Amino acid sequence: MKTWLVQHREAALLALRRLAAAPVNSLLSLLAIGIALALPAGGQMLLANAVHLAGTISAVPQISIFMAANAERRATTEIESRLNKYGGVKQVQFMARDETLARMKTNPGLRDVIEALPGNPFPDAFVVTATDERPEAMEKLAAEFRQWPLVEHVQLDSAWVRRLDALLKLGRTAVLLLGALLGAGLIAISFNIIRMQVLTHRAEIEVSQLLGATDAFIQRPFLYYGVLLGLGGGVVAWLLVGAAALWLRAPLSELVQLYDLTVVLQSLDPRDSALLLGFAAGLGWLGAMISLRQHLR
Amino acid sequence: MIRFDRVSKRYEPGIDALSDLSFDVAEREMVVVSGHSGAGKSTLLKLIAAVEKSTGGAVLVGGQNVSGLARSALPYLRRRIGMVFQDQKLLFDRNVFENVMLPLSIAGFPVRDAAQRVRAALDKVGLATREKALPVMLSGGEQQRLAIARAVVNRPSLLLADEPTAHLDSETAADVARIFHEFHHVGVTVLIATYADDLFPGARRLQLSHGKLLP
Repeated sequence: MKTWLVQHREAALLALRRLAAAPVNSLLSLLAIGIALALPAGGQMLLANAVHLAGTISAVPQISIFMAANAERRATTEIESRLNKYGGVKQVQFMARDETLARMKTNPGLRDVIEALPGNPFPDAFVVTATDERPEAMEKLAAEFRQWPLVEHVQLDSAWVRRLDALLKLGRTAVLLLGALLGAGLIAISFNIIRMQVLTHRAEIEVSQLLGATDAFIQRPFLYYGVLLGLGGGVVAWLLVGAAALWLRAPLSELVQLYDLTVVLQSLDPRDSALLLGFAAGLGWLGAMISLRQHLR
Repeated sequence: MIRFDRVSKRYEPGIDALSDLSFDVAEREMVVVSGHSGAGKSTLLKLIAAVEKSTGGAVLVGGQNVSGLARSALPYLRRRIGMVFQDQKLLFDRNVFENVMLPLSIAGFPVRDAAQRVRAALDKVGLATREKALPVMLSGGEQQRLAIARAVVNRPSLLLADEPTAHLDSETAADVARIFHEFHHVGVTVLIATYADDLFPGARRLQLSHGKLLP
């Protein structure tokens, strides 16, 4: 057991020495792997932020009903009681036009605009949540409400939630695809670098075989080399994504402020970071393994 | 220790390096294999360490037929044999100490004892003061002695050497030959392929000619 550990330590040290022996080569290799990995990792970073953002916005689909501006109080009350009795309606929230006006006036940007207007521009409104939240059912409900008297406009806000959901799904698929492609790229890079390493160390391999080295002993430093390449590349990718997140943070939060949202762009969370490094090391090892199968016999 | 039983080795296309070779080497014996260049001396040694495989007959080392060994069993055979190669096969990016350390690392020898063994082996061949030197800084004779140190550091019971005194001046050659005699005296079975068989008086001779044993 101790011997086994010592041999592994020696193989890892040998791999490190070989990496350090050609610093420019090693750095360029790490950079190539890092950039390749930074693409899917960066995608995952943006996706995770988008998912987080989507989570902060209410995901419960609602139907907004706006009364006509000329609707009288009595008509509105009648609609309200109709809504309360209507099957399929879970909850009704009434938003009186005066309250809406007062609320909107607290927004300093809007106040001037509102005060410049002759009257109250806001109609009475209801926000309705349904017992059946499926889009088809919601759509049917909205169509029904549109028929009611003095209802000016019915808006179904589940549509954009669905769009966002579909977009996030697409994003996830894209990140996976990118990850698979560039992961295969990493295997190819590792394969080639290890091939060069095997050629460089031909003499050593031959002598070791003649002196009674097992295949495992001969392969070990090359496998460590592959793992270190992958891991180093993963670290480069992690740093690149982190730097990109920092760099994009200010302009992005300015952009989303225009939509009344606050977003602080976060770099990869610990779980995604661990996944990135783990995958990078694993793929480096795999590339090395395939290469050794090909070139060491 | 070693038994060749009607061994032949043919390199395609149709070149017979060895044919119908039978002989025994007893334990603790010193044997010199001599013959002209191309007589099959190197091939004979390579068959013992299973670097090459015979195309006919059986090569027994310690009772084990090495020509039938699986690839995965080869390392363990070779760890029992010390080999001095014709082209030495030193690693030029490692110093003297590291070159001799290699067989012990391969065998998984405990590190602390290993360093002692390496120094003992270097001392035996007279390179104790050169352990930090790179092989390129050594003279031809020193390189040959380094190759011997690497071959014996594992304390093998069988030592094979392929032309260990070639390219050496007569004084250095005698010096190297003396080292082999010393190992023979402490009980190692020694098999040396050489055309300078006068350097090894007292050793049994196997005379090869065109892949056949001369009587």
